[in-house]
Amino acid sequence: MAVYFQKREVVVPGQLLAEGRYRPSNGTYDEGGKIYSSLMGLAELKGNTVRVVALDGAYIPKEGDLVIGTIKIVAGNNWKIDIGGPYGASLHANNALRRPYSDDISEYMDIGDVVSAEISAFDRQSGPFLSMRERGLEVLEGGMILEVSPAKIPRIIGRSGSMINMINDHLKIDSVVGQNGRIWIKSPDIARVRLAIKAFRMIEAQAHTSNLTDRISKMLAEDVAKLKDLEPSEEPSTEIETVDEEEPAPKPETEVSEATEPKPEVEPEAEIKPQPEAADETEEVVEKKPEPEVSTDVVIESDDKPETEEVNE
Amino acid sequence: MGDFSSKTIGHIDREFIHDLIKKGERLDGREFGEYREVTIEANVVPAKAEGSALVRLGDTSVVAGVKVLVGEPYADSPNKGVMMVTAELSPIASPLFELGPPKEGAIELARVVDRGVRESGTVDVEALCIEEGKKVFMVFADVYPLEYDGNLIDASSIAVNAALMTTKYSEMKMEDGKAVATGKMLKLPIKNIAIEHTVSKLGDSLVIDANLREEFVQDCRLTMAVDQNENFTALQKGGGSGPMSLDLVDQAMGMALDSSKTIKAIIDEAVKDVE
Amino acid sequence: MSPEVKPDFLISPEGLRIDGRRPDELRPIELKVGVLKQANGSASIRQGKTYIIAGVYGPRELHPRHLTLNDRAYLRVVYRMATFSVPDRKRPAPSRREREISMVIANALKPALFLEEFPKSVVDVHIIVIQADGGTRCAAINAASLALADAGIPMRSLVPAVAVGKADGKLLVDLGDEEDKYGQGDVPMAIMPQTDEITLLQQDGFFKREELVEAMQMGINSCKYLHELQKDALKRVYVQKTSDSDGEEFEDDLETDLGDAEIMGDE
Repeated sequence: MAVYFQKREVVVPGQLLAEGRYRPSNGTYDEGGKIYSSLMGLAELKGNTVRVVALDGAYIPKEGDLVIGTIKIVAGNNWKIDIGGPYGASLHANNALRRPYSDDISEYMDIGDVVSAEISAFDRQSGPFLSMRERGLEVLEGGMILEVSPAKIPRIIGRSGSMINMINDHLKIDSVVGQNGRIWIKSPDIARVRLAIKAFRMIEAQAHTSNLTDRISKMLAEDVAKLKDLEPSEEPSTEIETVDEEEPAPKPETEVSEATEPKPEVEPEAEIKPQPEAADETEEVVEKKPEPEVSTDVVIESDDKPETEEVNE
Repeated sequence: MGDFSSKTIGHIDREFIHDLIKKGERLDGREFGEYREVTIEANVVPAKAEGSALVRLGDTSVVAGVKVLVGEPYADSPNKGVMMVTAELSPIASPLFELGPPKEGAIELARVVDRGVRESGTVDVEALCIEEGKKVFMVFADVYPLEYDGNLIDASSIAVNAALMTTKYSEMKMEDGKAVATGKMLKLPIKNIAIEHTVSKLGDSLVIDANLREEFVQDCRLTMAVDQNENFTALQKGGGSGPMSLDLVDQAMGMALDSSKTIKAIIDEAVKDVE
Repeated sequence: MSPEVKPDFLISPEGLRIDGRRPDELRPIELKVGVLKQANGSASIRQGKTYIIAGVYGPRELHPRHLTLNDRAYLRVVYRMATFSVPDRKRPAPSRREREISMVIANALKPALFLEEFPKSVVDVHIIVIQADGGTRCAAINAASLALADAGIPMRSLVPAVAVGKADGKLLVDLGDEEDKYGQGDVPMAIMPQTDEITLLQQDGFFKREELVEAMQMGINSCKYLHELQKDALKRVYVQKTSDSDGEEFEDDLETDLGDAEIMGDE
């Protein structure tokens, strides 16, 4: 009976983790009574179960996962949806629409639409099946998609949503985090979208470190304070339909010194922190405006210089 | 490269970039006429290639290498050496690049970068003649993308030119009808340097050095080779079939001219220490 | 075009090699993990003057479909040499040599991979030789196995590889270009370090049976050393990233996040 790793140690494939009466779990394998890591990741012992939490890897669907996908094909009563990873998903109209629905389901959702959906069934022989029946699952309108490594999603969400809620609160953005590594970010203010991307990228790069929530919170508090210096009035963060006036950001009325010097441990963010907004997705009726496809296949005529390639070889 | 349909990008990302551009913004915070950071590592293949460079343009990177060989001239130009650029879309660089024989995109990349070098008279091909009608130097500059985050053309053009500027090869003389190395090392006879600058059209706006997200939604792009005397030596409109007004083309030329000196200075700085 | 001349001897009277190495000494090796942003996993290796980059994509959907395997992922390795990586310009189109090496590299890596976890998909390994100076297939395996680990592909172990050869009648590890060209043969090999089982084995030249056994034993020893370098290279990626954090102990959010069974998908 022995365990050969430190708590939260970064281990590599083939590294001996334990022998004796331990149980191999995710990210490990058993060979001759010894448990080895099969991944690069963080080793963990929980009770007598040994596992390795991956630091990277493709998205493998799991029942109940919320994912963000892009519609690739409309085939009969099914949408084929790209959710990243090795397995393309399909969504049957019965699991997305109230009956009766039109024969042509592309009237509701068409190629290129981005949806949030739930994995309703998956095994590795038949690809994942999706459902959009749960509340809040919808065609995403506006905003953008950021792709991160799916292995980092647990940290981006945080325990019971602590990380993502903190980010939403600081930045007053709307977001949906898919387990498949896609994050939908929406805000009428591009500066806030950029800060969100910065925060997500930082979590991605430092997912294996401790105290990340505090560091991200501190960074965002400082960044948001700087933004507020630049903008005299807060834009309403309700809907994106606002008309954008192109005016240069006016100078701040009062000069506030840049708060860049190292801060003591107690963070002032509690004062700045806005009231947590319920970032709930409003139930919207799915409406599709037909959109013409613009891409056409054009054969590019080569301007003809004498071809020299063959002669030279 | 360019002309991406909804297969590769969802509607909301397409609209997001368009809306942003309309507001005068780019997602990464750049000005419309601003390049991403350009870094050049010259002479990365010192033991085997006669010249080489690895170029990063933001998260796009390419490596270019030059080989100088001795061969026979073409019948229609007996006193001229050969200068040729090739490129492929190596699948290591992007999930979008596929295995197999070169497709349109790879061929266009190679030909556009090649044209920027040949039409600008970069290398004095007459000085590459060893003996008229018998032996000449053949200079091959080959490009391999390593990371594709948009604008491979400019990255490749910078890499090829930097590689050519660092190229050194052995002088040859004819002895008994054979080319023999004299042992003296020569630099390429470079007459002119023209760098390619690519401007993408998105709606009514123009942005230089599009990243992949921007390339996904561009209507078309215009590549312009500009030499140090502000001559335009090659143009290519591609990357989608969107039309472009004369006014916009003129504006694009202005953007290329505004960047050409800066980019050339970065190349000069990178190659100056290669001996 | 660099004129290459056959050296007078490959082993000096003092028993040292043309570049001053001892017979069992590897060239200087530099391994880097995570060198490409687009690839799911990547690594580079510099071994002497050899310089190779490997990038991994996948597991992802497989096209064309007829290659699909129903019980495991298809491992597709493509080894390519840049035209300028060798003294004479290599033709741009893939050669028979490149195809064969791609295949033997795939076979060297496969036993170490749990490909059965991703049926019907493909794992693509793209290898590009930027500069070739001997031992490229082995260096490529060293880099590719790191790139696979970086991509999060489950594996039994990393796969180290080295070429053992013979010059002036003496066995040498990690042949350089001249030793490869003017020596009496070489034995490229790869192993799975837990069991010392051999996953790549080729040979050319002239060897006696005892010599081959000795050569393979030397190879296994060198592979074990390479394996240590590989492990260090992988772990370094994460040590570097941590070093900029302040290290003060607040509430340990890493543990609580990872400990949340709901989120981590523990079964």
